[in-house]
Amino acid sequence: MEFTRRETLAVGGAAALVAMLPKGAYAATTEEWIAEFTGGADMADAGIDLTAPEIAENGNTVPIEVSAEGASEILVLATGNPTPGVATFKFGPLAASQYASTRIRLAGTQEVVAIAKLADGSFAKASKTVKVTIGGCGG
Amino acid sequence: MADGVKPRVKVPKSASAGEAITLKTLISHPMESGQRKDGDGNVIPRSIINRFTCEFNGESVIDVTMEPAISTNPYFEFEATVPEAGEFKFTWYDDDGSVYEETKAIAIG
Repeated sequence: MEFTRRETLAVGGAAALVAMLPKGAYAATTEEWIAEFTGGADMADAGIDLTAPEIAENGNTVPIEVSAEGASEILVLATGNPTPGVATFKFGPLAASQYASTRIRLAGTQEVVAIAKLADGSFAKASKTVKVTIGGCGG
Repeated sequence: MADGVKPRVKVPKSASAGEAITLKTLISHPMESGQRKDGDGNVIPRSIINRFTCEFNGESVIDVTMEPAISTNPYFEFEATVPEAGEFKFTWYDDDGSVYEETKAIAIG
């Protein structure tokens, strides 16, 4: 079976398209994450604290802290990662404070966003830009 | 099950009733993000711990949903209220279905 140049291009193009599809289906954007979490509600600027270093030498392990008094849930997103989701903290009745600290991966210099669902059902958002010297997503 | 998974938690031995204490947890796990490639250019499949919970006497303290952006050897620090003597139960849920558990008792005094 022989292909003409035109047929080869067509087949190659179709294959490339198919190869790209699954990625598009999985990679929800930051906006989609936020919309799913808040249901499109407005977000206040106050009521949540996000602590992250200004400069992270190693993107593989960047320490962050989130706290929001009275929050039931806090969502953390890394807007510049291949997949923006980082973690969702749900606080139970025995949480002494709505505070958590962990270590995350950042692919490069980017904005880290934290959104809290507060006790009254409203949402608060905080963001911080972290400069990353060495990215943490392999490659 | 990933090899060498070992949970470590730090809980004070005793607290006064109603006191807020800080808990620190660490579990050794590679947290393969599904983004990396091996030497031949093949994507290494994702293998992470996707959920972590902490309970005290059956009541929830924190429930964390984790994505691949959590670092290798996931570490969490948070605060809990201790209303009475009892047991903290920490549970990690792996992508492959494994569940890692650790319990720590705390006394009032």
